[in-house]
Amino acid sequence: MPRDLTKKKKLTGSVLTATILSVLFAGLGQLYNRRYIKGVLFIILELSFLITLGNFITTGLWGIRTLGVYAGEDHSILLLIEGIIALLILVFALVLYVYNIVDAKKNAERRVAGEPNPSIRKSLKDGWDLGFPYIFVTPGLIMLTFIVILPILFTLALAFTDYTFNNQPPRNLLSWVGFDNFAKLFEQDGIWRNTFISVFAWTIVWTVVATTLQVGLGLFLAILVNDPRVKFKRLIRTILILPWAVPAFVTILVFTAMFNGNFGAINQDIMEPLFGVTVPWLEDPLYARMALIMIQTWLGFPFVFALFTGVLQSISKDWYEAADVDGGSRWQKFRFITLPHVLFATAPLLIMQYAGNFNNFNIIYLFNAGGPPVRGQNAGGTDILISWVYNLTFELNQYNMAAAISIILGLLVSIFAFFQFRKTRAFKEEGEM
Amino acid sequence: MTRKQKSAIEVTIIYLILALMAIIIGYPLLWTVGVSLNEGTSMFSASVIPDNPSLEHYLWLFTDPSSDYLIWYKNSLIVAVVNSVVSVALTAFVAYAFSRYRFVGRKYGLYAFLLLQMFPSLMAMVAIYVLLNMIGLFDSLIGLMLVYIGGQIPFNAWLVKGYFDTLPRELDEAAKMDGAGHFGIFFRIILPLAKPILAVVALFNFMAPFMDFLLPRIILRDPENFTLALGLFNFINQQFGSNFTRFAAGAILIALPIALVFLFLQKWLIGGLTAGGTKG
Repeated sequence: MPRDLTKKKKLTGSVLTATILSVLFAGLGQLYNRRYIKGVLFIILELSFLITLGNFITTGLWGIRTLGVYAGEDHSILLLIEGIIALLILVFALVLYVYNIVDAKKNAERRVAGEPNPSIRKSLKDGWDLGFPYIFVTPGLIMLTFIVILPILFTLALAFTDYTFNNQPPRNLLSWVGFDNFAKLFEQDGIWRNTFISVFAWTIVWTVVATTLQVGLGLFLAILVNDPRVKFKRLIRTILILPWAVPAFVTILVFTAMFNGNFGAINQDIMEPLFGVTVPWLEDPLYARMALIMIQTWLGFPFVFALFTGVLQSISKDWYEAADVDGGSRWQKFRFITLPHVLFATAPLLIMQYAGNFNNFNIIYLFNAGGPPVRGQNAGGTDILISWVYNLTFELNQYNMAAAISIILGLLVSIFAFFQFRKTRAFKEEGEM
Repeated sequence: MTRKQKSAIEVTIIYLILALMAIIIGYPLLWTVGVSLNEGTSMFSASVIPDNPSLEHYLWLFTDPSSDYLIWYKNSLIVAVVNSVVSVALTAFVAYAFSRYRFVGRKYGLYAFLLLQMFPSLMAMVAIYVLLNMIGLFDSLIGLMLVYIGGQIPFNAWLVKGYFDTLPRELDEAAKMDGAGHFGIFFRIILPLAKPILAVVALFNFMAPFMDFLLPRIILRDPENFTLALGLFNFINQQFGSNFTRFAAGAILIALPIALVFLFLQKWLIGGLTAGGTKG
């Protein structure tokens, strides 16, 4: 008995040794476990990581901490980006490193339990099976990291710097300013706060009104065309889908021309002959907003119409016949049969419509570039948050404030997304797996 | 009033509403066609029904030495084809892994896709501008393609994964029994079955470069590198009224093929969107 006990103790000790060895240098624990190939692979990985990237990472971390020391020589923006890349690589390396430790520990435990090491053939196959999804994800993941994730992190970082038109690298150095930009945004009676509140309010109004109108019109027309007494359904549907089929940037620019006060068709051909007035569509904020909502309704309803048409055709006739037997009115049939069916089937796509309009940069920018200008604020009368961010970035070069507003925008979108996904059944199922 | 009369009135009202909609939809489109047929480039003298309709703007686009229209068309086609092919391949890989395998990080990856597709791409523009400058791909079509390909992953991977999920797993199992490996199942079972959704993704990615002007505007500088949307936008960006007739002609030449493709495939597009996007 005592001999067994010491043996066991020794073996438990070996788990500890393997783990510690792996902490000291990746792969040592695996060698100790007599998993030679794996161990050597880990050692090569860590060595090459240290040799090739060690320098890059130390400079990168130094860069992101200081944002440069010598003005004119150190380029803060490049240092910032390199710093973020270094951080991402570091995180990736740490994940591998932790995996190596866990792996060494698990293998040692398995050895203690008396399981033999798998043959090389088998361990190769296991590695292939286990690693396969990662191999498939890797190309996409790399693209995603550099095109989407890294830029978003960069924007996050910019919001905490003093990067403006007057303070541009490489001539000047940037520095970290903490939450100063956010404080400026919400400063009592400041121009930023006034602008933010009015732009935000209009963004919400715009999103709710324009999207609801396009959904409502789409639903209304889908029900009309679905009426069995209506003929030429194919032709009518084709006409109604036209606004979706024509590229939006073309139609928006056409509308811009049509709403133009000087030569626009709306004033010349409709308003003046019929009502005897000319409306300053582009010059007055209120009229510009009305015009935008009308244009967006024109652009947006066909998608909803097409979507609903598909769903309406799939509702079984039995429901309506049963309602007829019970003497249900037309409104009741709509309210209790049509509407629930339609909304249930399309809810996620409809919510995406709201999100789409919230960030609908194209129409705002192409119609009037956010204008007309408004006194006492640095955004135009029709600017929504996203077009304001564009203006601040590419016209006024107020990068730091633009980034701060982007972050608020991103937070809003995330909250919105969170609630949507909680409600989506598909994702609930995913979450449980 | 008899029931028949009431029904007749109702149908008439429906047709009236639809006719009104047809006018509202048709007016701007026909107006553009009319304007494009005007002589001269000034908007002030242009009218919807020109006195002497002429095709001079269409001819100008294709024949005038100072017109880059054909180069832009070529650029757009290159970007569109590459974007469409590479995007479908990358997206299918990612979607397959997420649909068929359970691996560490899968759940967070899915959350990330859903979240990232909601972030406005504008948020990333400054960094993309700097990054492309760093690697020397600024003002190049390759840079533009890279950004398109990377940016579409979150949305389309989710869409395609949703579709893969609906394909029965028994097929995979059966193929595995017959000795198919991971690649075999992917290429011989999943891909052929997923053709409809892959076609939707290919089409979306093909059309995006024809419709987007924002990203090219930030990335491209040399008119030789412009895509159609950006080139046309620049026609009228400098002086709005002065080039509009020419813009109208160029716009019609893009809108027509895209609209036709759309109208032919719309039923199918919506089918794909609802199948992959809503799932339950």
